[in-house]
Amino acid sequence: MDNRRFDNMSLERRAWNIRRKALRMGEVQGQGYIGQALGIADVLAASFFHALNHRPDDPEWEGRDRFLLSIGHYAIALYAALIEAGILPEDELETYGMDDSRMPMSGMASYTPGMEITGGSLGHGLGIAVGMAMGLKRKDNPAFVYNLMSDGELGEGSTWEAAMSAVQHGLGNLICLVDFNDQQADGKATEALARVPEEGKWAAFGWHTQRVDGNDMAAVVAALDAARAEPGDRPRVIIFDTLMCKGVDFLEARESAHFVRVDPDEWARALETLDAGMPE
Amino acid sequence: MTHDSMRRKYEPRQAVPKSERQATSAMIASLAAEGYDTVAAPFGHALVDLAKRDERIVGLSADLSKYTDLHVFANAMPDRFYQMGMAEQVLMSAASGLAREGFIPFATTYAVFAARRAYDFIAMAIAEENLAVKIVCALPGLTTGYGPSHQATEDIAIFRGLPNLTIVDPCDADDVADMVPEIAAHPGPVYARLLRGKVPSVLRRHKPDYRFQLGKAQTIREGRDVLVISTGFMTMRALDAAVQLEKDGVDVGVLHVPTIKPLDRDTILAEARKGGRLVVTAENHSVVGGLGEAVASLLMTNGVTPQFRMIGLPDAFLEAGALPTLHHMYGLSVDRVVESIKGWVGE
Repeated sequence: MDNRRFDNMSLERRAWNIRRKALRMGEVQGQGYIGQALGIADVLAASFFHALNHRPDDPEWEGRDRFLLSIGHYAIALYAALIEAGILPEDELETYGMDDSRMPMSGMASYTPGMEITGGSLGHGLGIAVGMAMGLKRKDNPAFVYNLMSDGELGEGSTWEAAMSAVQHGLGNLICLVDFNDQQADGKATEALARVPEEGKWAAFGWHTQRVDGNDMAAVVAALDAARAEPGDRPRVIIFDTLMCKGVDFLEARESAHFVRVDPDEWARALETLDAGMPE
Repeated sequence: MTHDSMRRKYEPRQAVPKSERQATSAMIASLAAEGYDTVAAPFGHALVDLAKRDERIVGLSADLSKYTDLHVFANAMPDRFYQMGMAEQVLMSAASGLAREGFIPFATTYAVFAARRAYDFIAMAIAEENLAVKIVCALPGLTTGYGPSHQATEDIAIFRGLPNLTIVDPCDADDVADMVPEIAAHPGPVYARLLRGKVPSVLRRHKPDYRFQLGKAQTIREGRDVLVISTGFMTMRALDAAVQLEKDGVDVGVLHVPTIKPLDRDTILAEARKGGRLVVTAENHSVVGGLGEAVASLLMTNGVTPQFRMIGLPDAFLEAGALPTLHHMYGLSVDRVVESIKGWVGE
């Protein structure tokens, strides 16, 4: 697979690089969904530098694994990963969220190479992934479709229409990644609609289901490997328990972190904190 | 305590003499037009013909293939057909995904479910990215007697505000069949209103060389006194009304506008500018947000101000009942169109 050329750098370091790039983008704008970006960085690093089959110089390559960002507001995280993977140039990083940028605050397919869909209206990604997985099967294309979604999107009825549909149509080429940080706009997901543990729901719907610590790189990699290696035509879901703001301790401790407030003088401190924990 | 608007009124809603009562038109009912030949399932057969030539064509249904004539396609090409179940949101999202992978999906359901339930998915997963999904929906406007749950009286109003989306309202069996390859060839998303079952063949009886062209309004009949600008099956009604009005000395022209968005501005303006005619729009849709208001806006902003009237459904949730009864009640029957135009000509 093409990703083998990245093997000279550890996935932990890739995740750290993604976190650092996201923080720099947040610093440019003075705001952003930095909590989500820091939380999901390990999953993105493992996806783009281990699991996904892709060509950074040809983001529309027909043989690529499709990576859908259902959660448009996580764009800051995906931009960081796309820059880290060489799909976007690093010098565009400072344009994040500015007029004329290719990196708007909420991810849109027509703006950004590597951004497969326009997310942001939550609950859309999985249904689109169902159609793309159907299309790949029709073309005998062995690529996978990955859909990254949030725990909040588990409340959308469309998510469950898509979940049933993926099973009905035998979409073993579909891998759904759920970022379970238990934070949505008004508070905890588990206090909104996610009271019943998610893995039982997905299993009951007929999905191959895993739930792992999304900030434990070895566990993330093992789960992605197991999802791809699973034989048969069951769609696969991995629920990643993640910690908002992972890697910046004073932000991790901040409450109600859906849109984490970072004061102007705190960005430099956040970068310093992250830098102190730079992995090999 | 019951709010006034919630208080049920159990009296019969229509005062129809017992001898004239008709049974409620079923959802699978065909639209009747007296004196015309009919064609069975023109959409289904046209899609099969096209799919034989173009392997990108696939069909999706949300448990309504029999009621959208897509079952003809499903039976002929089962491996090209996706049964999505009763799930309109994933119907549209999956169609979007298939279009991304290079296919041309025809996603079918009832117009009410596409316009009301799946709107966000059509807007963001299909229209915003300008994908080649063809949304073809049965029971447009007042073509069922089941009441507001099934009557899509405001679908055009909902969809007209959506950028990138082309909107088509075919008149008859030939329009339905001929629009299929045309909308498939269009690179962007299309919403088409469907007449299904036994569909009358009307337009070529009045104009033998007529053929549907996407984006084009076409004159079916010339007339000196009145210009009817109509879409969908109201063009049938307008043509029949014109024949009756001719006997009364009223010369009625009919401009058929099967593509509601983008509107054929040049043709409509040119026709409306022709000498002092009463201009009447006619549509199987609410008078709010449909063809009538689109034409009114076009004329007004271009300084064309003829005497102008609109035939369409009232801004209301409509009654249940038999279609002929309802069409008469709401002014869409041939007799009521004749009556309306006569009244306006005499003003």
